[in-house]
Amino acid sequence: MNIREYIKVQSLAEAYELNQKKSSVVLGGCCWLRLSPNRLIGTAIDLSGLGLDQIEDTDSGIRLGCMTTLRQMETSPALADLTQGALQSALRHIVGVQFRNLATVGGSICGRFGFSDIWTLFLVLDADVELYHAGLMKLREFADLGTTRDILTHVILPKQNRKIGYESLRLSETDFPVISCAAAISANGVDCAIGARPQLAELVPGGQHMLQPGLTEQTIAEYARHVADSLHFGTNLRGSAAYRKDMAAVLCRRVLTKLAKGESR
Amino acid sequence: MKITYWLNGKKRENHIAPDTMLLDFLRTCGCYSVKCGCETTNCGLCTVWFDGKPVLSCAVLAARIDGHEITTLEGLQDEAREFAMYMGQEGSDQCGFCNPGFVMAVLAMVRELHNPTEEEMQDYLVGNLCRCTGYMGHLRALRSYMAYKQGVKA
Repeated sequence: MNIREYIKVQSLAEAYELNQKKSSVVLGGCCWLRLSPNRLIGTAIDLSGLGLDQIEDTDSGIRLGCMTTLRQMETSPALADLTQGALQSALRHIVGVQFRNLATVGGSICGRFGFSDIWTLFLVLDADVELYHAGLMKLREFADLGTTRDILTHVILPKQNRKIGYESLRLSETDFPVISCAAAISANGVDCAIGARPQLAELVPGGQHMLQPGLTEQTIAEYARHVADSLHFGTNLRGSAAYRKDMAAVLCRRVLTKLAKGESR
Repeated sequence: MKITYWLNGKKRENHIAPDTMLLDFLRTCGCYSVKCGCETTNCGLCTVWFDGKPVLSCAVLAARIDGHEITTLEGLQDEAREFAMYMGQEGSDQCGFCNPGFVMAVLAMVRELHNPTEEEMQDYLVGNLCRCTGYMGHLRALRSYMAYKQGVKA
């Protein structure tokens, strides 16, 4: 790794301006930085002096500053409450406490990592992201936007009346997931997101038909198959496309079965 | 660039290159307990405390410690010796290479968690890999150490 210049910015305006150069990088937790030893970084932009590491609990949602660490999120009672423990299930396998004390929510979102447990869960939580220049947008719109020179400042998780669950399959406790699944059930139907396909997590929205005749063993199995059939899966060292597709249906079925029984997580 | 920071309680100043990682920097400061064990940011061996919180020093830019406090095993000798006695009694360590990072995580856990269950302890320490043992000795040492610590607190 080679960083020519490190700047701890005094304002978001300064960060935005510096980031217009292609050789600039906004630093998150820096956890994967050293994995690209040949990368040349002109200006490393550090946002850690801007107080963006706060979790704000409001009536309509929880607003996370982009520098909030995964560990802060994991230990926040407000987030545990909003996600009914699903956030803890999604985060606890990510390397270790020492890693999660560094990794930030902004870095996780902007990294657009296919293996991201956070992307998988936040898609079904209907998260919004706030960008310095472009303003507020849905996380799923941000996914379509592709890489951007804008600065992500906040992630907002709206408070909605729904049941949320999360499951992942891993070869060992702290490895990347082979496949991951988050689901939410609300009055509008069932939303499900599958991550580590191994591409970026994708949302399969609105299983409205699931509500008639309700969540039964059969409707859950049909819906889980429908979710797996509607997505594209790929092969890498951790698993084949066919295996991932089968396991996506299994995890989806497990999450919904637990939610139907009223168990959290 | 210049950084001002506290290392094991002592205020210091240094000039560093912007891409210096904390792991390498601490070794130049004589903290040889801080070691790199994996190159993939997941073994826990390089654990130090950043303002009291355990972090992987291999993933922290030294530039970021400006104005902050870093603690390494060198600064916690008495506590480390106390826990090491329990590890020795249980035959936990074999080659001992991973011990410094593990001890830093355990001492952080004792401060952060109140009366943790065995599952909570495992969740907290799962980021410290040991390639010699099967962790059973570590868990035995932890159980007796935690029982002793809770006795001291009570």
